[in-house]
Amino acid sequence: MQRKTSAISAMVATAAVAGLALTAPAQAADLVDYKVVDDWTIPESLTGQPGDPVNGKVVAIDRKLGNCLSCHKMPIPEEQFHGETGPSLWGVGNRYEPEHLRLRIVDSKVINPETMMPAFYRVEGLHMVKDGFEDQPILTAQQVEDVVAYLMTLTEEEPQTN
Amino acid sequence: MNTTFKAMAAAIALGLPALALTTGPAFADEMAEGKWGEYQVGDKRSGYTYAGPETRAMQDDEFQNPAMLWLDTGMSEWENAAGDAGKACADCHGDAEESMAGVATKYPVYSEETGKMMNLEQRINFCRTENMQAEPYKWESDELLGMTAYVKNQSKGMPVDVSIDGPAKEFWEKGKEFYETRRGQLDLACTHCHVDNAGNLIRAETLSQGQGNGFPLYRLKWQKVGSLHRRFRGCNNNIRAEKLPYGSDEYTNLELYVTWRGNGLPIETPAVRK
Repeated sequence: MQRKTSAISAMVATAAVAGLALTAPAQAADLVDYKVVDDWTIPESLTGQPGDPVNGKVVAIDRKLGNCLSCHKMPIPEEQFHGETGPSLWGVGNRYEPEHLRLRIVDSKVINPETMMPAFYRVEGLHMVKDGFEDQPILTAQQVEDVVAYLMTLTEEEPQTN
Repeated sequence: MNTTFKAMAAAIALGLPALALTTGPAFADEMAEGKWGEYQVGDKRSGYTYAGPETRAMQDDEFQNPAMLWLDTGMSEWENAAGDAGKACADCHGDAEESMAGVATKYPVYSEETGKMMNLEQRINFCRTENMQAEPYKWESDELLGMTAYVKNQSKGMPVDVSIDGPAKEFWEKGKEFYETRRGQLDLACTHCHVDNAGNLIRAETLSQGQGNGFPLYRLKWQKVGSLHRRFRGCNNNIRAEKLPYGSDEYTNLELYVTWRGNGLPIETPAVRK
């Protein structure tokens, strides 16, 4: 299944036909096309570049970006208070390949429409988005890749406390 | 204060050791074991039961509860004549402790005059503009918060008893739809946190059922008393959704739905929360 940022393509086409200046928000225009396979993976890097796991950890922690700790326990002992509404990410690098994690971050609802987890790289189909955040994904394509790369380093399983 | 007395009376009736009545930690342990007393009705739990022991203690102690300052404002406004009619609340309603007892348990109510739901703040301002011929209080002013808290406090300990029969039904349905609709960049509905995950942690915050029985309440984060609509705006903002205006139809309908969810829980106004 090919998922496209069709609104952007349409805008570009319309603007080109009408000879208008392109006024689409820069962020929205930056959304890249990607291919979902079997509603289960995105095999290829969104940027064509490998992710940077060091920056991925920064993005994962940042409350204005990934904010993963809001819902997930992670092997980041220096950060207090890990959320518990989502599954633990200890050992997540053992359980998945990058193509699985990529789709789960880009748009987890492709896999489970009922999930609480936001789509971190989707701008369509959202409702009543706050001014200044419309047409902006939560993460950039490279930030998604960085988080994927970081999560793949999480191979340690959570120590059993009992 | 009422609450404390009731808890003590209940404990005495059950023959519990006197020590448990006077020591904070024992009370906290009792709460930790899931015996929420009047703060739980069936599977409905007041935000009180998710609050930390210090926050609960602050709410329980009239002399520590900072919201009492707003109650004082409300009490003096009750006697304060305003507007072209030259009347104060007390001129028509007399002693609030008598005339307002139980009133707030029914709000929001359907208003024949406006053809939509009216919450307590709106009812107070309706009285000001229509009967007192005075300016309405501004939303989140100390006067409106104080008057709302003062009136609602006259129902403290009484069960929330909102009706969704008759004309209220369609507004309840709109409120329910709002509650269940995903919104904002984070694409969350109220249900995701307050139904599916009540009791779970979002970072350091314990999600509650989002009950409205303690509002207006003193929030430590705000360092003041605030309305339920302020809380809605905060929640919407957190998920990067558009904040709606105070007193908007959407929020008033949502207030009806949220309050109805808590039917049976005791009015706690003024509660204290983190």
